[in-house]
Amino acid sequence: MAYIFQQALNALQLGSIYALIALGYTMVYGILTMINFAHGDMFMIGAFFCFMLSAWLKQSFIPALLLSMLGVACLGVIIERLAYKPLRNAPRVSAIITALGVGLFLENFTLALSPYPKNIPALVSNTAWKLGSLSLSSLQVIIIVLSVVLMMVLDFIVQHTKTGMAMRAISWDRTVVPLMGVPVNRIISMTFALGAGLGGAAGMMYGLAYPVIDYSMGIMIGWKAFISAVVGGIGNIRGAMIGGFILGSVEIMTAAFLPSTYRDFVAFTLLLALLIVRPYGILGTPHPQKV
Amino acid sequence: MNSILRDHSALPDRWHRLIANPFFWPAVAGAGLLFCIAASVLGFLDLYLQLILIYVGINIILTVSLNLINGYMGEFSVGHAGFMATGAYVASLLTIRIFPSGISDLFFPLAIFAGGVAAAIIGLLVAIPSFKTRGDYLAIVTLAFCMIVKSVLENIDAVGGPRGLLGMEKLTTLPWVFFWAALTVWVIRNLVFSNFGRGVLSIREDEIASDLMSVNTRQVKVIAFVVSSFFAGVAGGLYAHALQFINPKMFDIIKSTDILIMVYLGGIASIAGSIIGAIIFTILLEILRPLGVWRMVIMPLLLVLLMICRPSGIMGLRESRLFFPLRDLVTERLWRKRKKENGDAPA
Repeated sequence: MAYIFQQALNALQLGSIYALIALGYTMVYGILTMINFAHGDMFMIGAFFCFMLSAWLKQSFIPALLLSMLGVACLGVIIERLAYKPLRNAPRVSAIITALGVGLFLENFTLALSPYPKNIPALVSNTAWKLGSLSLSSLQVIIIVLSVVLMMVLDFIVQHTKTGMAMRAISWDRTVVPLMGVPVNRIISMTFALGAGLGGAAGMMYGLAYPVIDYSMGIMIGWKAFISAVVGGIGNIRGAMIGGFILGSVEIMTAAFLPSTYRDFVAFTLLLALLIVRPYGILGTPHPQKV
Repeated sequence: MNSILRDHSALPDRWHRLIANPFFWPAVAGAGLLFCIAASVLGFLDLYLQLILIYVGINIILTVSLNLINGYMGEFSVGHAGFMATGAYVASLLTIRIFPSGISDLFFPLAIFAGGVAAAIIGLLVAIPSFKTRGDYLAIVTLAFCMIVKSVLENIDAVGGPRGLLGMEKLTTLPWVFFWAALTVWVIRNLVFSNFGRGVLSIREDEIASDLMSVNTRQVKVIAFVVSSFFAGVAGGLYAHALQFINPKMFDIIKSTDILIMVYLGGIASIAGSIIGAIIFTILLEILRPLGVWRMVIMPLLLVLLMICRPSGIMGLRESRLFFPLRDLVTERLWRKRKKENGDAPA
């Protein structure tokens, strides 16, 4: 029993990282109906920013977190302005291919600059607490609490601020909203900044939990976060959070009870089964086609 | 109409008359095959150039077949590497374990064909969810399939698991690659310009409307997926026997991304575009090789720039006149002529 609880904690940790990245996918999709495949690499860049800030500039945890979030958010806005904005009226697939290209560029640029894996120094003291037979590390608590706080902040921004209202309005109807005086370009940039910032935070937390980082760490995790977004219903913010936690628990529980090489197999088979039963994700709403 | 079709002098110029000649394509294919045989037997192309041409050919098979689903049918499949892996493993296992090793080059086409059939069966499985799910969700289904194939291969120890499979002879030669690439282009081109191909296009434009127009959308989807994955499997078999080593990691999502990039670089729904995309991508990567790691920094930048300047790729929904059927050329010419005579209302 204690084993299951222990694994549930690990699942929460991995799930919160997936959920943070999935939020970036789902927000951009909600507003632009575009899959930003470069988002997994934003996550990787976040980890590298964290490495630079902590190893070279000797920053402590909070400044490193805030600065790497800010840095990745700026990068997200720059990429949106340079690469995605010219394609806003182009066919959807061109935007997707551009995103794949941007992702490849980020990966290989990092590879060219830093060919060897890097080690992030321990920013928080990793003390382990015992709760009966359960062991709980301070790092785990920080990751889970911090991501829950970040998600609550995001939920507040989207549901209760004027910017959030504008975001929801754009995803509702993008042609009418500019007529109401909403600065669409600024809101889209804001969305990219928020999504990328969350991805950067996830990258930093992942880097603290599994300290060896390299250029390719964002590929697999990015795709998996994308899958979480789809499981929850893409375009739906709360769905992305739920999807992240579901995928995290499925992966950890498979690894806990089966050989860990079956992890991907079970996770993706479950995903297929879910998509056959609910083709629009858990919280997604079906869009019936009109003739 | 029929009399015009037979009357080749109605064609605009000598170029069209050349294409219209029924011996044109067999002659081109024969000449290409002869050149490839001569190159590999006499060896007037060095092995490095031959290898690059082999890769170009394999990539042409992959792009043209993926274009059937992503370009003509308008779906977004990201699982092509999974089909490729199936073909590669089945063909390699056949040549290593089943077929007698002394005369394996006699059985080589059979092994490649079997790899294609195995991939086609997997493609049939992927086609079933495509009845209900569309768009991004279908993309996820194909992505999941690609990952499941890779994960299954990693977990079967009999095929080497994550270590991969070794021991294939170098059976992929330039003539074979040319043969399969020409076959792919021929089959897909004839499919696209047939009655069936109109059905595929109608699914891209509007699935419900085409259903109402009594297109059997399910059947069309199944056939398109099966044909496309068959050729992906063929490409996988050729690839395995050119490299003489495969492991599951080679066929992951990054490989699929490469194929996608080639397809969209050339332009969707265009066979000529796919061929151009595969050639440019493969050769540019080789030319940039002296730059080392930085070539993979420059390639995506070029891709993004191309997408911004020409969002629909190099050919972008247009087809080279070379691949158009004679009938279409004649109708187009008639239409232009009548437009000139009648002004705005040709018909």
